[in-house]
Amino acid sequence: MPSEKRRYVAFTREMKKDYTILAPNMLTLHFRLLMQVLRNHGYHMELLETDDPSIIETGLKYVHNDTCYPAILVIGQFISAIQSGKYDPHRVALIYFQTGGGCRASNYISLLRKALEKAGYGYVPVISMNLTGLERHPGFRLSVRTMIELIHAVLFGDLLMSLRNQCKPYEITPGASDALADRITRELADKMKHDPAYFAQTRAIYRHILDQFAAVPRSGERKVRVGIVGEIYVKFSPLGNNHLEQLLVDEGAEVVTPGLFDFLTFTLFTKLTDTKLYGMGRLRYPLLRAACRVMLSKQKELIDVMKKDGRFRAPTPFERIAALGREVVDEGVKMGEGWLLPAEMLELNDSGVHNVVCAQPFGCLPNHIVGKGMMKPIKEKHPEINLVAIDYDSGATRVNQENRIRLMLSNASPGGAVTD
Amino acid sequence: MDPTLSLGIDIGSTTAKLVLAEGDKTLCQTYERHFSQVRQKLYTMVRDIRPLIRGRTFSAAISGSAGMGLAEDAGIPFVQEVYATSEAVRALEPSAGTVIELGGEDAKVIFFRGGVDERMNGSCAGGTGAFIDQMATLLDVSAEEMDRLSLEAERLYPIASRCGVFAKSDVQPLLNQGARKADVAASIYQAVVNQTIAGLIQGRAIEKKVLFLGGPLYYCHGLRRRFSETLRLSDDEADFPEYGRFAVAIGASIYARKSGKVFTEDTLEAALRNALAARPISSRLPPLFADESEYRAFAERHARASVPARDPQTYSGPAWLGIDCGSTTTKLVLLSADREVLYSHYSSNQANPVGIIREQLVKLRALCGDRIAIAGSAVTGYGEDLVKSAFSVDIGVVETIAHYTAARHFRPDVDFIIDIGGQDIKCFRIRGGAIDSITLNEACSSGCGSFIETFARSMGHTAAEFARLGLKSAMPVNLGSRCTVFMNSSVKQSQKEGATVADISAGLSISVVKNAIYKVIRANSPQELGRNIVVQGGTFLNDAVLRAFEKELGGEVVRPAIAGLMGAYGAALYAMRLSKSSLISAEALASFEHISKPAVCQGCSNHCRLTVNTFSGGRRFISGNQCEKGAGIRLSGERLPNLYEFKREKIYNLRAGENRRGRIGLPMALGMLELAPLWHGIFTALGFEVTLSGPSTRRVYEKGQFSIPSDTACYPAKIMHGHIETLLDEGVDAVFYPCLTYNLDEGGDNHYNCPVVAYYSQLLRGNMDRLRNVKFLCPFLNVNSSRELSREFLAFLRKSFPEQRFTGGEVKAAVAAGLKAQADCMASIHAEGEKALAFARAHGKRVMILAGRPYHIDPEISHGIDKLAVSLGFVVVSEDSVFPLADLPRVRVLNQWTYHSRLYRAAQYASEHEDTQLVQLVSFGCGVDAITTDEVRSILEAHGKYYTQIKIDEITNLGAVRIRLRSLLGALEEK
Repeated sequence: MPSEKRRYVAFTREMKKDYTILAPNMLTLHFRLLMQVLRNHGYHMELLETDDPSIIETGLKYVHNDTCYPAILVIGQFISAIQSGKYDPHRVALIYFQTGGGCRASNYISLLRKALEKAGYGYVPVISMNLTGLERHPGFRLSVRTMIELIHAVLFGDLLMSLRNQCKPYEITPGASDALADRITRELADKMKHDPAYFAQTRAIYRHILDQFAAVPRSGERKVRVGIVGEIYVKFSPLGNNHLEQLLVDEGAEVVTPGLFDFLTFTLFTKLTDTKLYGMGRLRYPLLRAACRVMLSKQKELIDVMKKDGRFRAPTPFERIAALGREVVDEGVKMGEGWLLPAEMLELNDSGVHNVVCAQPFGCLPNHIVGKGMMKPIKEKHPEINLVAIDYDSGATRVNQENRIRLMLSNASPGGAVTD
Repeated sequence: MDPTLSLGIDIGSTTAKLVLAEGDKTLCQTYERHFSQVRQKLYTMVRDIRPLIRGRTFSAAISGSAGMGLAEDAGIPFVQEVYATSEAVRALEPSAGTVIELGGEDAKVIFFRGGVDERMNGSCAGGTGAFIDQMATLLDVSAEEMDRLSLEAERLYPIASRCGVFAKSDVQPLLNQGARKADVAASIYQAVVNQTIAGLIQGRAIEKKVLFLGGPLYYCHGLRRRFSETLRLSDDEADFPEYGRFAVAIGASIYARKSGKVFTEDTLEAALRNALAARPISSRLPPLFADESEYRAFAERHARASVPARDPQTYSGPAWLGIDCGSTTTKLVLLSADREVLYSHYSSNQANPVGIIREQLVKLRALCGDRIAIAGSAVTGYGEDLVKSAFSVDIGVVETIAHYTAARHFRPDVDFIIDIGGQDIKCFRIRGGAIDSITLNEACSSGCGSFIETFARSMGHTAAEFARLGLKSAMPVNLGSRCTVFMNSSVKQSQKEGATVADISAGLSISVVKNAIYKVIRANSPQELGRNIVVQGGTFLNDAVLRAFEKELGGEVVRPAIAGLMGAYGAALYAMRLSKSSLISAEALASFEHISKPAVCQGCSNHCRLTVNTFSGGRRFISGNQCEKGAGIRLSGERLPNLYEFKREKIYNLRAGENRRGRIGLPMALGMLELAPLWHGIFTALGFEVTLSGPSTRRVYEKGQFSIPSDTACYPAKIMHGHIETLLDEGVDAVFYPCLTYNLDEGGDNHYNCPVVAYYSQLLRGNMDRLRNVKFLCPFLNVNSSRELSREFLAFLRKSFPEQRFTGGEVKAAVAAGLKAQADCMASIHAEGEKALAFARAHGKRVMILAGRPYHIDPEISHGIDKLAVSLGFVVVSEDSVFPLADLPRVRVLNQWTYHSRLYRAAQYASEHEDTQLVQLVSFGCGVDAITTDEVRSILEAHGKYYTQIKIDEITNLGAVRIRLRSLLGALEEK
């Protein structure tokens, strides 16, 4: 627990009334839905979908340049937003997600506050959204109901992302899949707003979404499938990974990105592991275990619907991914993406996606171990896997990244057909 | 169509290659440097072969990193270069087992047996061909000359191989200390070889025969020799084919045939024209000057900042000499009694500063004749010690003090000085007439000034021309503000997009400036720097850099006309306190001789590689030594306390007990350097014989280098591989390095280890094949609860040693014994810390808290910095010996890591004590220290203390560290 008095500006109940809460974008579809859930509970959320080079410049100006790239981007995005004049700095709060683990990422919030102070906005409250009770903000409390709604939003997001990725490379009308995903996101957001009981009808919603995507006209060809794993931010955020998904699609590949839900489940499971391995946190164990079970059952529901439908590939259950990971890494490895990262590589390979990009910020500490450190044992056990590690950084150039991705792609498809 | 005629084009980072092939026959091949004019160059190269393609149809393909955008714009098929190489090798040399290809900036290794495995260097590993060019510039020889020299080498120096910037920090001091160019040249090649082995081969067996491809391996015979010797290849096994430079282009021509796209002379011409017309521009910046009048005003303003000069022929009387022997340049200034410049000199030191200074002194002595008597002399800069002993210079001045003396004289109210030299960026803030804080660049962002020069040359311009071009650039390229290796690739990208030399020149200037402001000074606004800023150093003589700096700050600065001479000028001013000089006489100069010889120090087990310089008159100067012993200095009777030494004795001297159950090896790296007493205690009590791997050496690192999967991890982690190898060589039955998510709980928000310390054994298990031959024990343990630890230990012992019987009581007792040993060890460190502090206070000595991590006691990790500090007169204590003496200060970050918490408390202790300084050791690549350094700095600065940070890596050069610590001392004394 914090060792001294509160070292941050709290988000008070009064603030909840008229403050705009800005959130960084990592995964557009997911985050739009998450924002809607929070809006429904009375918060004035705004998702920052900005994506211009000045974000990096601002980030570099206010954050120690040796800090990981995601921190530079997220903080740059926040401060650019405040400086843009679009918001009243005295009526704005920021929200960021914090896992509280042993990776330096758990200090993003502190770095954000330091940067705000440097930029002259020390009074702007920063809300830490975390599962460990690192900080308390009287104006921002999440009820169990809200949590469950958020989890559903993540599942919806994962489903939309997966279906869009499965349709996009084959769509007859360019842009149709993206447009559909955007439209459904809007419809879902609307439904969440007007129909508070929507999460009792998740199965029907899943089916509805599946039908809509199944109706997208697609060509019957088969393209090379490329999986993306990595540090959570650069794995997902186009701002962080130089639009990696788009690059791969343009190069003629089908992208497979394991969802956000697994990462959330993973962070919850690591708490259980602490009890198992070190005898820590015995008191909270039963509650956490129950929460994990709820998570798993929610995922199972989605998988069941998709399997029954049969038109699209369903995600692999979390427990199965975890079991695959044990092949190369122990369950106690929990910092950053921990064991989940190599487990996702193995899961992709297991499900026939042999080409995998592992994206990480330059110098990412956990990735020395769970990313680059696991490639040799994975390749040894599975010689068919075609892995490439790509570093992302404000100084790394796209040409370098592209060159390595192209190498991976030319190995994915002998003859280089993918580039045509 | 002619199905057999095909054109392969390879556009690399520095050269363009064309191959026109008809079936197996090569009709023509051309190889040219493109000087960043990628599109024009290709256009003219194709024009030159037009007679050969006239009236024919043919296929074509482009490959190479600089060819990507071009191929797209021209509508010519593109093939990735490694893929192209594989194609070529399959066709030309099917018997090859492995290909090693070095290009301008990429290195690739392809294994052909057992499934093709293609590897490229990571984004950080920097260039190879470009790196060799850069090093040749540094040696002041052509690339061919460097190659010739390398063949005459007698010995090899260790040179950091991870990236060009580090290597440079190693090479420059070697040259300045008088090492032979031939030896340095060969050592540079060896560094390239080591990098290939560490970064790409990574422990995989090399299948014969080995095919070596690419420009550098075609041209550099010394490099070939280093590869063959290191990989132990016979002449039959190493193949350096004639077509080596063209392999990618040949591969492209083969690919072209498959791609099926057909061209004629005219359609190809049209395609290349299209590419010429379409010049995509990604990120450009506004020009340095809006118009000519803006430039004139700028030039006039700076012309005013001059110094009085006087013709020495008209002067008689005393004069004072200042010498600045910098990393790349040598400067001299002679001042009259009225501080007029009588003589000055500025030149590249051509890797032989002693020769240049001698030449200058001869000239000076002749100029002075009997009229002018040199009344005092002072020397500063990297080569200070060498020059001082070579020419009997009166005093040595720390660089920072020399520069401040110059700037202060120039502008008494100066409150901020920034000096960008060839290799360093130095900034000082002045408060109340004393240096208030010093910022020097870290090893990573160094090399900025000479970087521009190297680039200018590589594009076929002199530095001055290059700068002039930059001033006129209409749209400078945006190259970011990172290390120079990254800039290399950014330049590559802009070349691809058709940027002009002028745009690149201006862009580089802006980058150097951004590096200085945002990476080194870390400022947000010009107001933060100061009101009266003096800029100096040779790099600021480049008007483009000066302009970029003013633009970035949004204000005006003063650049003295002698910006490049400020160190020498300051040294001369400093020498004015003298009235009689011992400087070498004209007669002695005439017979001056300088011999430098390599030697190995036998003073201790470290065996530093020394360079012994002998000068006529019997003066000697020894460099390369990590401690005063090697320099031939006798230790005086009094020895100052050094907690690092104390801890080393404690940790490395743990004795093995009897062997009832087997031999367990503890790798002495990372967290083991703190918790060894615990594990040693437990295993010894259980009846295991415990073997420690001992202190690291460079050799230990090299031993395990090949199995390191992530090159950018910190050196303390990477050295772990060598320790494991050492233990395995010793024949232990088991190796133990546990996974400790949580470290010792000493208060704070939590007590994590960093991910690398916590989980490195997971990486070792997967990457070190030899570990499969023994038991590798990496259980997850909780060191904060005796009960938990006993439970976990019992469980994993039973699992790992099923053939043995362990009882609960026995393990519990062993754990208790281990915990007690650990507690005793830590208590003794605390007690020794207090003793050292008491000693310092009793004897009026300064205290230095050398604050790092437990693993920084390893002499190979901290390179003897603790000994250096002691030799400078500090009592050295460690962060873990003093932290209990202070409370945790208010920190603005999550204080979740045990090691960090100690840093904060040690900083608090330093803040509370006048005689105590804190110097923070930071291992390069330590991600979490990006957070602690800012926090420690703010704790110290809030109490008016200096913050000094030393970044350490594989680099063995202590010169920069010495300057830094002496600057700190100098600043403390001036205060």
